[in-house]
Amino acid sequence: MKYTKRFDGRKFDELRPIQARVGVVKNAMGSAEFKIGKTHAIAAVYGPRELFPKFLQLSDRALLRCHYNMMAFSGSGERVRPGPSRRSKEISMVTEKALEPVVNLGEFPRAVVDVYVELIQTDAGTRCAGICAAALALADAGFEMKDLVAAISCGVVGDQPVVDLNKEEEDYEDGAVDIPIAVMPHTGQVTLLQLDGEIDPEHLRKALDMGKKACEQIADVQRAALRAKYTEE
Amino acid sequence: MSTLLVQEKQVVIPGDVLAEGMEFLPGKGARRENDNVIATRVGIVSPNGHVIHIIPLSGGYSPRANDVVIGEIKDMSYSSWFVDIGYPYEASLSLKEASSEFIERGASLSDYFSIGDIVLIKVINVTKEGNIDLTMRTPELRKLRGGKIVTVASPKIPRVVGKLGSMITLIKEKTGCHIFAGQNGRVWIQGPSPAAEKLATEAIMLIDKKAHVSGLTAIVSSFLEKSKKE
Repeated sequence: MKYTKRFDGRKFDELRPIQARVGVVKNAMGSAEFKIGKTHAIAAVYGPRELFPKFLQLSDRALLRCHYNMMAFSGSGERVRPGPSRRSKEISMVTEKALEPVVNLGEFPRAVVDVYVELIQTDAGTRCAGICAAALALADAGFEMKDLVAAISCGVVGDQPVVDLNKEEEDYEDGAVDIPIAVMPHTGQVTLLQLDGEIDPEHLRKALDMGKKACEQIADVQRAALRAKYTEE
Repeated sequence: MSTLLVQEKQVVIPGDVLAEGMEFLPGKGARRENDNVIATRVGIVSPNGHVIHIIPLSGGYSPRANDVVIGEIKDMSYSSWFVDIGYPYEASLSLKEASSEFIERGASLSDYFSIGDIVLIKVINVTKEGNIDLTMRTPELRKLRGGKIVTVASPKIPRVVGKLGSMITLIKEKTGCHIFAGQNGRVWIQGPSPAAEKLATEAIMLIDKKAHVSGLTAIVSSFLEKSKKE
């Protein structure tokens, strides 16, 4: 069946409501929360700090270590086995790869920068919300960065390219394709691109175009969140 | 034609374009990309002629020679002490820099400094690998006894001290506390009473929160006046 109207009534290129705030975890060097629709991510940055075990140390730069986790109560509330799953470990790795190109890790050889991303509530698009929060947290922590990183899930539902899929759309019975993309907003360079599903080149191009445009909007929200910390009186 | 796209004291975010054209040069906290100067840190624009600097609003401590900081003795070996100064790399105080007095051979090192001591200490040198050499041999450096330590982000320390020490003197006078602000963001407070120490702490946390605001001395002064009346 053709997907002509989105479940929540949004336009095909419309994002869910977004809220972003920095400095939410006082203990951390830098932190941020990023909410998009019902998906709610919090990121906290600890470091640079000494890295143990020593064999993990890199001689010329800091190690960026991301820890992605969905809280036990974040989904439908069903019992979740404690500990990192294979999926968490993969998402941790792609988050690292999405952020490494922008952070100047060469400033701190042999140290580690730990980025913790926790999902308080999930409704799809979690790794992207996590990346948005993590980029904000790193900027909040005062790291030297080439640019921010904005991320969104674009894709195709039924036959229709859309942006910011929610869980209902991801699970669409007539087929959906999920394409998380992360972008450095200033140059449009892509730091994360994953594909979950089958797609033809034309739909892929349309979806990616929508995704990149959406990331520009997200970057505006991120910048406003960083500035807000210093313009409230 | 080169154009400056931001104003002095404007808050910028990494990736923001500060200027277009080759006439402007990137200073600290900025980089060049093709013809543009781009911010690399969250901070405040501080142009110096054609060089655009960004004063960071947050960030860890970056040690430089001659910084006086507050550290804690973490470990010791037979000829040196290892000090935590809030930096990810090792800071060490060698035996010959520990004291201006003569240290006898076979003396017990913990008589001088033992693990857990809080010290006012100075950075002599930062090596290429990032290790730090410290000294205690200048008269004002000493062990700090009693009091408490408050930590603020290191870029905010200049605001805690103020122009020519105006801010820190204000707090000292109004609370009666001894205060020392280390370059690493740690501030030591020792006062005649817990209430005085608490007031000084609150004043410093206020500066930490509002470090980017101008007219801060007046704000802190009225805060201290109001609190004293209560």
